[in-house]
Amino acid sequence: MQNGGEPRQHTIAVLVENRFGVLSRVAGLFSARGYNIESLSVGETLDPSVSRMTIVVHGDEFVIEQVMKQLHKLIDVIKVSDLTDDDHVERELMLIRVNAEPQHRAEIMRTADIFRAKIVDVTPSSFTIEATGDEGKLEALAELLRPMGIQELVRTGKVAIARGPKTRARKAAGEGARRARISDDPRVIGFAD
Amino acid sequence: MKTSGARIVLECLKREGVDTIFGLPGGAVLPIYDALYDFEGLRHILVRQEAAAGHAAEGYARTTGKVGVCLVTSGPAATNLVTALQDASMDSIPIVALTGQVPTHLIGNDAFQEADNCGITRPCTKHNFLVKDGKDLGPIIREAFHIAATGRPGPVHIDLPKDILVKEAELIWPDKVQLRSYNPNYDGHPGQIKKAARLMVQAHRPVLYVGGGVISSGAHAELLELAELTQIPLTTTLMGLGAFPSEHPLSLEMLGMHGTYYANMAVHASDVLVAIGARFDDRVTGKVELFAPEAEIIHIDIDPSSISKNIQVHVPIVGDCRRVLRALIDAVREEMRDEVPSLAREARTQWLAQIAQWREKQPLRYEWDDQLIKPQYVMQEISNLTRGEAYVVTGVGQHQMWAAQYYKFKYPRRWCTSGGLGTMGYGLPTAMGVAAAHPGALVVNIDGDGSFVMNSQELATCYDYNLPVKTIIINNGGHGMVRQWQEIIYKGRFFAVDLDRSPDFVKLAEAYGCVGLRASRPSEVVPALEKAFSTPGPVVVDVVVDKWEYVFPMVPAGGANKDMILDRPNKAVKDNAAKSQTGF
Repeated sequence: MQNGGEPRQHTIAVLVENRFGVLSRVAGLFSARGYNIESLSVGETLDPSVSRMTIVVHGDEFVIEQVMKQLHKLIDVIKVSDLTDDDHVERELMLIRVNAEPQHRAEIMRTADIFRAKIVDVTPSSFTIEATGDEGKLEALAELLRPMGIQELVRTGKVAIARGPKTRARKAAGEGARRARISDDPRVIGFAD
Repeated sequence: MKTSGARIVLECLKREGVDTIFGLPGGAVLPIYDALYDFEGLRHILVRQEAAAGHAAEGYARTTGKVGVCLVTSGPAATNLVTALQDASMDSIPIVALTGQVPTHLIGNDAFQEADNCGITRPCTKHNFLVKDGKDLGPIIREAFHIAATGRPGPVHIDLPKDILVKEAELIWPDKVQLRSYNPNYDGHPGQIKKAARLMVQAHRPVLYVGGGVISSGAHAELLELAELTQIPLTTTLMGLGAFPSEHPLSLEMLGMHGTYYANMAVHASDVLVAIGARFDDRVTGKVELFAPEAEIIHIDIDPSSISKNIQVHVPIVGDCRRVLRALIDAVREEMRDEVPSLAREARTQWLAQIAQWREKQPLRYEWDDQLIKPQYVMQEISNLTRGEAYVVTGVGQHQMWAAQYYKFKYPRRWCTSGGLGTMGYGLPTAMGVAAAHPGALVVNIDGDGSFVMNSQELATCYDYNLPVKTIIINNGGHGMVRQWQEIIYKGRFFAVDLDRSPDFVKLAEAYGCVGLRASRPSEVVPALEKAFSTPGPVVVDVVVDKWEYVFPMVPAGGANKDMILDRPNKAVKDNAAKSQTGF
C-alpha cells in the first residue's frame, strides 16, 4: 500500500504474560510477516507475572499499524504502545572491551569520563567499559575507541519508558506537535480492552 | 477427588458440550484411549489419517457453529495435523486439537515419536498450550475452547505429555474464563457506524461485499434486512457463500478471480463499498491499486489486524458482524428518515439498471455438448436435485470454483470449502465431519480426480461409521486448474498435469465397501445423481467430464478485476495473461 509516509524507526513497548513460549511467539510473528526487528529486549516488570518487551522496528505508518495490531492479536500480549511520538526516555547499555596499551590508557580513561562511562574491569592489556545512553552516544563512544582496537562489544538493545504525567505547560506545547490519527481511538482500532 | 489426567481431559471435553471426537490413537495418547474405553457420553470416530481428523473437526464446526475436536498422538500425527490447523486458521474455523507428547522428562531428548509440537503449530494456530501440570488441565481446556470460539474464531492446540495423562490430579473447573490479555471488541464504535450509515444512504453506486465472518457470527438475518432496507446489491466471497440467498434479486453472487462479471464490474465501479466480515484476500482484490478505485471503503471486522492490511480503509468498524449490522440497520433507518437527496435516489435507480445490464450481457455460461459432460451442467443438476439445501463440501480446484458459481445457496452453514489455504484433499474428510454432525442429512462432496485421491482413504471411515457422504468426482483426467493456468498463462506448455492413469473410482469405492457409479455422457448425469442421493450409505459417482473446459470468468493473478477473461482466450489475450506469471 502507498502513502504510509516515510519509513522510520519506532520504539514499541509490549506488555506480555510472563510465560513459556512468549518470546518465540513475538519473534515468530516478525519473521512470518516479514517485519524487521532492529532490537528487542525483555525483562520482568514490577508484577512478576508480566514481562515487558521493548522492540525497535523500522517501517512506515501502515507497517507499524499492522505490527501493533498483529502483536495485540497474540493471546499472551496484554498491551502494546508505540512510544515513538510520545514523550519518553530511551536508553541502551553497552559493554566494550578495548586494547589498553600503556600509551593509550590515559586517553581511554578520559574518553570514558567524557561519556560518563565506567571502567568495570582492568587487565594489563585491556579495559572493559560500561556505557549507557541513546544510540548516537554509544556509537560515538565506540567510534572514538576503535583506533585503540576493540576486542569485543556487546549491546543490550534499547529499553524505553514514558515520561511521568505532563505539566500543563508541557502538555500544551506537546499538543499540535503530533497530528491526530484514527488509531488514537482504541475502539476504532480494536484495542478497547 | 483425584483422577487420571486422561479422565480429566474427557470430563472437561464433555463439560464443554463436546459430543464427537475425530481421532487416531498412538503411544502418547493411549492413556486417553484407555479412559475412553468406559467413558460415557463421547462418540469417537476413528479416521485413517490425522489430517482427516482435523478436517472432519472443521466440517463439524463450520456446519454446527460449535467447536470441533480432534485427538491424535505425538510426532508424525501432530505434523500430519498441521495442514488442517493452518486451514482452520486461514478460514477462521473454531477447532480444538489435542495431541499427545512424550513424557515431560523426555521432552527435548529426541525421544521416539517426539516433535516440538507447540513450536510447529505456533504459527498456524490462534493459540497453543503445553500442559506441564495435571492441575492446569481444566483451566487450559476451558481457555482453549473460549479462545477458539470467541473473537475471530480459529484453531487452538493443546499438547498433552503422556505422564500428565497418567498421573492423578484434581479436576479444576473455573466458572468462567477471564483473560486480561484477550478481550475481543464486539460492539462497533457508534460514531463510525453513524458515518457508515450516512455514506451508505447517500451513495450513488454502493455494493456490499460479504465474507465468512457473517456466517461465523450468525448475521445472515441482519444482512438480509440491511440489504433489503437499503436496496444495495451484494456480492460474497468464496467463504461468504450461503450468507445471502444466491437467487435473491440483489445477489451478484461471488466476486474475485472466478467471480461473476457483474459482481466484479459492480465492485470496480462502486463509490461506496461495504466489506462485512471479509478480509480483502488477493483472490478477491486482484491488483490492489485497481480494486474499487473510486470507492470509499467501510470495513466491518472483528479482527482489527484485518482492517487496512491489504487495502486502506476509510471507515473501519471493529466489532462482531451481527451486533454491528444490528446497530447499522438502526443508524440507516435514522439517516433515511431525513430526506434522501433526489440526486442519490435517481443515481441508485440507474445503478441497479446498470447492474442488470451487466448481468444480461455476461451471465455465467457454458456451451452445451451432446456427447461430452460439461462440469458446469453437473453443478446445476446437483443444485436442482438438492434444491440448494444440501450440505456441500468441495475439494480444491476447478470443480470448487464451478460449485461456487453454479450451486444456488439458500442457507448459511451448509457450505464448507478450503478458501484461504486451498487444501486439496479437504473434501472427503470434511464431508465426513459434516455427516457425523448431521445424521440423516444429505451431504454432497464435490471433488476432483486430483483432489479426491489426496484423502480417499477416508472412504474406509465413511463405510465403517456409515457416514453417508455422496462424493461426486468431476473427473477431467488431471489437475484441471493447473491445466487451465498452463494453457492460458504458460503458453500451453503442459507438464505434470495429466492423471490419465487414475484408479477406477467405481472399483475403488467398491473396494472400500461403498457404492460406486459412473456417468460418461450428459444423459447419464441426472440418473446417476438421483441414484447416488437415494442410495443409503456412502456413494462415489465418477463423472467423466470434458477435460478442456475452463473456469470463466478468470482474472489472471495480479491483474485488475475488470479485465476478466470471459471466454476461451485467443493468442493476444494469452500473451497478455502470460505477463502476469510473476503475479500470484
